[in-house]
Amino acid sequence: MKLLTLSSPHTTRSFSTADVMRLVILALIPGIIALTYFFGPGHLIQIFIAATTAIVAEAGILKLRKRPIGFYLKDYSALLTAILLAISLPPYAPYWVTIVASGFAIIVAKHLYGGLGQNPFNPAMIGFALVLVSFPVPMTTSWSAPSELLENGISLSEALTVIFSSRESIDAFTMATPLDEYKHLVAISTADEILANPLFKGTEQSQILLGWEWVSAGFLLGGLFLLWKKIFTWHIPVSLLVSLILCSSIFGWDSDTNVPLTLHILGGATMLGAFFIATDPVTASTTHLGKLIYGAGIGILIYVIRTWGSYPDAVAFAVLLMNFAAPFIDQYTQPRTYGHKKAVRGLAKKD
Amino acid sequence: MNLITLHEFKGGIHPPENKEQSTSLPISTMKLPEKLVLPIAQHIGAQSKPVVNVGDSVLKGEIIAQAQGFVSANLHAPSSGTITAIEDRVIAHPSGMSDICIEITLDGKDTWTEIQGIDNYLEADASELIAKIQASGITGLGGAGFPTHVKASVDESKIDTLIINAAECEPYITADDMLMREHANAVIKGIEIIERIVKPKHCLIGVEDNKPQAIAALNEALKNFTDNTFNIQVVAIPTKYPSGGEKQLIEILSGKEVPAGGLPSDIGILCQNVGTCFAIYKAISKGEPLISRITTVTGEACRQPQNFEVLLGTPVKDLLSATHTQLEQVNRLIMGGPMMGFTLEDTNTPVVKSTNCIIASSKQELPDPAMEQACIRCGMCTEACPAQLLPQQLYWFSKSSNLEQATAHNIADCIECGACAYVCPSNIPLVQYYRHTKGEIKQANADKLKSDRAKERFEARLARQEREAAEKEAKRKARAEAAAKKQAEKKATEAIAPATSADAPAADLELLQKKLDAAQSAVKKAKEKIAAAEEAGDSDKVALLKGALAKSQEKMKEAAKAIAEAKKAAKAAPATTGAAAVEMTPERMQNKVDLAESRLATAKKRLEEAQANNSEQVDALNTAVEKQQARVAEAKQALAEFLKQESAAPSVDLDALKQKVLAAQTRVDKAQERLDMAKQQELDTVSALQTGLEKQQSKLKEAQDALAEASK
Ligand code: SF4
Ligand code: SF4
Repeated sequence: MKLLTLSSPHTTRSFSTADVMRLVILALIPGIIALTYFFGPGHLIQIFIAATTAIVAEAGILKLRKRPIGFYLKDYSALLTAILLAISLPPYAPYWVTIVASGFAIIVAKHLYGGLGQNPFNPAMIGFALVLVSFPVPMTTSWSAPSELLENGISLSEALTVIFSSRESIDAFTMATPLDEYKHLVAISTADEILANPLFKGTEQSQILLGWEWVSAGFLLGGLFLLWKKIFTWHIPVSLLVSLILCSSIFGWDSDTNVPLTLHILGGATMLGAFFIATDPVTASTTHLGKLIYGAGIGILIYVIRTWGSYPDAVAFAVLLMNFAAPFIDQYTQPRTYGHKKAVRGLAKKD
Repeated sequence: MNLITLHEFKGGIHPPENKEQSTSLPISTMKLPEKLVLPIAQHIGAQSKPVVNVGDSVLKGEIIAQAQGFVSANLHAPSSGTITAIEDRVIAHPSGMSDICIEITLDGKDTWTEIQGIDNYLEADASELIAKIQASGITGLGGAGFPTHVKASVDESKIDTLIINAAECEPYITADDMLMREHANAVIKGIEIIERIVKPKHCLIGVEDNKPQAIAALNEALKNFTDNTFNIQVVAIPTKYPSGGEKQLIEILSGKEVPAGGLPSDIGILCQNVGTCFAIYKAISKGEPLISRITTVTGEACRQPQNFEVLLGTPVKDLLSATHTQLEQVNRLIMGGPMMGFTLEDTNTPVVKSTNCIIASSKQELPDPAMEQACIRCGMCTEACPAQLLPQQLYWFSKSSNLEQATAHNIADCIECGACAYVCPSNIPLVQYYRHTKGEIKQANADKLKSDRAKERFEARLARQEREAAEKEAKRKARAEAAAKKQAEKKATEAIAPATSADAPAADLELLQKKLDAAQSAVKKAKEKIAAAEEAGDSDKVALLKGALAKSQEKMKEAAKAIAEAKKAAKAAPATTGAAAVEMTPERMQNKVDLAESRLATAKKRLEEAQANNSEQVDALNTAVEKQQARVAEAKQALAEFLKQESAAPSVDLDALKQKVLAAQTRVDKAQERLDMAKQQELDTVSALQTGLEKQQSKLKEAQDALAEASK
């Protein structure tokens, strides 16, 4: 009988980091299904490209860093980053955009900062921001029109052709997202005029979302599932959504001059951002109060960037900006330790 | 139904309970082991001291090691036998270390020594009860092993609530559960005793709601206590680890937090473990010291997991064989629970007062820890931490040995419950990191203390050295000053010397004068001789005499010169120091005047002589005379001035003058009396007496005048 000598506790929950990542990936499925249903197979192809790139990049880097490749690949973190990135990208962006974004996310945003757990910025969003700034044209013209608006939908071969070789046929089925479109049109037209626009052709005010509401619902569902599984706490998604709703209803109540609330909440990457990107544990705040501040900050920034910025969506930049602040927020929002009268604020002063 | 409102503590986890395995069988007693090994340090506080020697035979319940000081506990022989060793043995400690143990080889008779409980203990004094608890060597049986008498010796006015910790929140352990089920009455009686001691307003027994039978048994037992004066209440609390942590249980039952660095008594609470209550009951009512405890033996490798009433000192291997444990299946042997217990390396480790559980776990049951992964900052640990710490931050600080930040983030408040490590998806042994860091902090503090002391010592030494140097310097300076002073004094005295010799030159002057006189007479004689020789026509003689004359004249000149110089010096001196150096009195001044006058007279005489002789010294003597005249004038003037001052100043004090007047008056009166008497008797002394009287009267007048003058 050989007895182990180990420090307590001797039992741990059999719930690993890989389990966390797997659950998150699982929770993305409803949203991905909705995306595919409304926008064709583009995202699936992008997921494939991004995932392959990410895994190859991860393996290569791990090899360079002389780490056990299999052990680290099994934590699914690279895969999750790739999927989050892919579903944020326009579905019919050219393949190299995805490869650059995915590779950059893994190699620079993750590993150059020390690997999983050390990266201060959300790698998927870094990759996204990079290609958005570098290749604005494909990034803004590669969203497909919702299938509702297309005669036959988009076939797999059409999708593959557009992504991998010829982009000639792309104009046939791509267009900006309704959020982006509305934003640009509202500057010159009223709500009714906007709805007469081809993108919203024939739709009622209530159908303005063109299928995005289902995508958002899918991500919301996945998010609620993770909440129930206690993968993250409610603080970040709730404060993010609440602050965005408040901003939109206080400053943008007039749909003749502003993007309406429904589009803000359901018409873009808001739900994906609130439940899957802002909650990325590595880069978010970790204290309860900190999470509230962090989420609210993202919500406000999303509104600000969407309203006054020129990019099609703002989730990535808002998240990255708040990533910056997260460690600082954490230091100033420490909980009050049991038995202490006051919570510690900030780091200990060097004397 | 709980009558009080429960509060929830933050964090906590729900690990699989694994308690059913060991509750199917009742508490059993084991057959006597061959040997018992009793570590002398089974409690918090000072080690007890063995009071037996190898070879001594002891009876069950006899004291074998004596408490040292107040925070310490006695140790008794759990059974009768012979002391066969007092030496280092492996003890129940996380590090598997050895310590002094008393080994008793049992005789198998299990003969009790004479024991005596306290009759009518409910009427007994608190101090008597505490003394009995202390004598019985009772320590907290929940885990920490703090001597119970110390805890019970609180100011009774401070304690508002007595909390009995029967939560038993750790998985696997069922010792308290079984105790309550089987000995509910004794437990309640034990609680009553504590209540007599600390006199709380009410008492809450906190039991996790996963022990319905224990709760029922306690409630049933409570029914027998119709005079439930202290308001004992059984409170079912929600099952959540670590609700049995003292601080957490207090929070659940009272909503209050024990202040950091404080004690429960600071918020009016005393907490006792339910097993301790049982031990107290046995000690007080029967006089049985703490020699056994209830211990759960469980784990997948045990064929027959159950609870035992185990004699202290029983080797763990005896417990394993009593439960038919498959030794080859045991992968981890844990003393205590799976959350906070520690692994044993040696099955010879004896059961001690705080051993509540032995888990012989198989590999499947408690698998070897998975490889540690990176912290993904998922925050699950934060959610689980009952102390509301930020375990992942503490982890980062621990990993980077940032003791300062770890301290600032209250690592000291970590109760090492293991909840954070339990939930961590990255399998990070967080508690191990914290223990290490706590150790480092302790070490650093100790080092700091040491270095502070060293620094203090060093600084003290520096200060001392500086002081010594300063003293030396001061001494040196003082010496130098003294030397300089002396030098200065010397100079001063040298400077004064000529002055003090202001009279000395006078002596010198006389000497010089004599020389001059001698020279003058020699000249005179020589001249006479020359004249005689010329008359006699002795030219040779004349030449010779003339030479001698020249010599004498030379001498005379020298002497005159010397006199002049001496006089000059004498004149300068009194002007500078004379007045200061010598106290001036009219007599002295008078003397000076006299001296100057006599010298003037001499000088005049000489001058006349010289003039008569037609001598060459006439001029010199003339000057000398003038000078002497000036000096006489000076001296006279000084005297006059002095006298004037003297009279101007009220030098004679009024009282003295009055005295004089009175004295004169008395004398006048007496003289008058005598005169009258003489006149009556017609004596011939009348005229003499008359003159005397007149004299006295004039004197009186003088004195009266002086007084009048002075008091003006
Ligand atoms: S539970 Fe583990 S991985 Fe998650 S934040 Fe805490 S230490 Fe990091
Ligand atoms: S071991 Fe310490 S840090 Fe971890 S949960 Fe328990 S009290 Fe909190």
